[in-house]
Amino acid sequence: MAPILQLRSVKAFYGQSEVVHGIDVAVEEGGMTVLLGANGAGKTTTLRAICGMVRREGEILFAGRRLDRSTTEEIAGLGVAHVPEGRGTFIGLTVEENLRLGGYTRSGRPDQSMQRMYGYFPVLEQRRSQQAGALSGGEQQMLAIARALMMSPRLLVLDEPSFGLAPRIVEDIFTIIERIRREEKVSVLLVEQNATLALELADHAYLIETGYIVTSGSAKALADDPQIRRSYLGY
Amino acid sequence: MHQFLQQIFSGLAAGSIYASVALALVMIYRATDLVNFAQGEMAMFSTYIAWTLVNVGLPFWAAFLITLVVSFLGGMAIERVIIRPVENAPVLAAVVVTIALLLIFNSTAGWIYTYTVQDFPSPFPDRPVLGALITTRDLGVIAVTLLMLVILFVFFRFTATGLAMRAAAQNPESARLCGIPVGRMLAIGWGLAAAIGATAGIMVAPVLFLDPNMMGGVLIYAFAGALLGGITSPVGAVVGGLIVGVTENLVGTYLIASQLKLTVAFALIILVLVFKPNGLFGSAVVRRV
Repeated sequence: MAPILQLRSVKAFYGQSEVVHGIDVAVEEGGMTVLLGANGAGKTTTLRAICGMVRREGEILFAGRRLDRSTTEEIAGLGVAHVPEGRGTFIGLTVEENLRLGGYTRSGRPDQSMQRMYGYFPVLEQRRSQQAGALSGGEQQMLAIARALMMSPRLLVLDEPSFGLAPRIVEDIFTIIERIRREEKVSVLLVEQNATLALELADHAYLIETGYIVTSGSAKALADDPQIRRSYLGY
Repeated sequence: MHQFLQQIFSGLAAGSIYASVALALVMIYRATDLVNFAQGEMAMFSTYIAWTLVNVGLPFWAAFLITLVVSFLGGMAIERVIIRPVENAPVLAAVVVTIALLLIFNSTAGWIYTYTVQDFPSPFPDRPVLGALITTRDLGVIAVTLLMLVILFVFFRFTATGLAMRAAAQNPESARLCGIPVGRMLAIGWGLAAAIGATAGIMVAPVLFLDPNMMGGVLIYAFAGALLGGITSPVGAVVGGLIVGVTENLVGTYLIASQLKLTVAFALIILVLVFKPNGLFGSAVVRRV
């Protein structure tokens, strides 16, 4: 099957300096692909390049369309939902308003999708009229994922959903991400520090170091690679 | 007592003008982190458009509505053409741009319409009502302002575009990720602010009379109102504007010569900045860390 997202020799920049040096990445339709790497390796920059949030060069193909000339809002309109680093919650707005914003690109009333999100995350329904800034970290992450799903995306881009959360909550969130991937039939591109967990769930993995892809393969193969085990899994 | 209540009511009428301009200032501040010093002169220019339309024989309310539409489009055009290029410039550069706009509008109005003071028609008769507590004209001004506030509230609270504008102002990056065209939202914000200012200008012109410097004082009162309410709070802007209007009137009647009334606004600005920089309603966002 053709990949839903394909990066071909993509470079990404912060201002003048090149941070990602021509990488090739593919995300299979319906699959979960993970980008692993240390802090500052260029994982977040790669995700930001996909969504047009930093200057980039090279070819980015999404479902046969070029993203590398499109603006961030156009890319969202095509069905790429990006949950950014730090979650990007509208903290001054209510939970429900955050969800409605997620459905901005969809015509029609968002009530039905909102009910579906409350099904995945019941706690959000209890807090629907609270300001999003008053939610706990885990709840905010749930809200961010739910908001992204409101646009019924074909590709969900998640930037470190485990960041700053207690281990038990991280597990809950990953369980639900896996369930969402199956039930919503959405492909997932994940950046994650928690390599153990990410390799368990993903089917494909890339290892990125100082802006280059150094290893890629099936998640299982990477999980068994002795060097990766030593550097990223810690055993 | 009667005189006191009279002063309160006429203060509320003046205050609703300040509240409108303050609201326009706050909207732009929230969206672009910029104090638009040209807000008053934009409103003055809009008022001249209405004046021209009335003079060519249009009914008052038709002229009013056309002026709102023209001002809205003009405000959007200003954002696109003049403000957007300095969007990422240092804040002082952007402030200088709005001051330049102030001067441009002021001198253009003087050039086209001369600095002669003009009569401006009021849509409301000027009769005392409610036991001479308030005039029908003041009542009309307050009613128009209230109606405008209700429309704005409904727009921002219950429409998708209004919500998208709030989102774009609060977190532009996330808004883009939701597919919201942030640039267009900012332009609409400037358009709305210009239309709000136009309403204020048209409502105040029958009282102050129309000339290119008409809005100078109003802008300062509005600025005091916006700061008092908290420069980030639309509700605060309205409440602050009303408080400034009433205070100005009472102080001018009972305490100092009315020529010194503008001093009240400056004193208020300084007091707020020194003792309560967030104003009455500013920064009410709940945040847990």
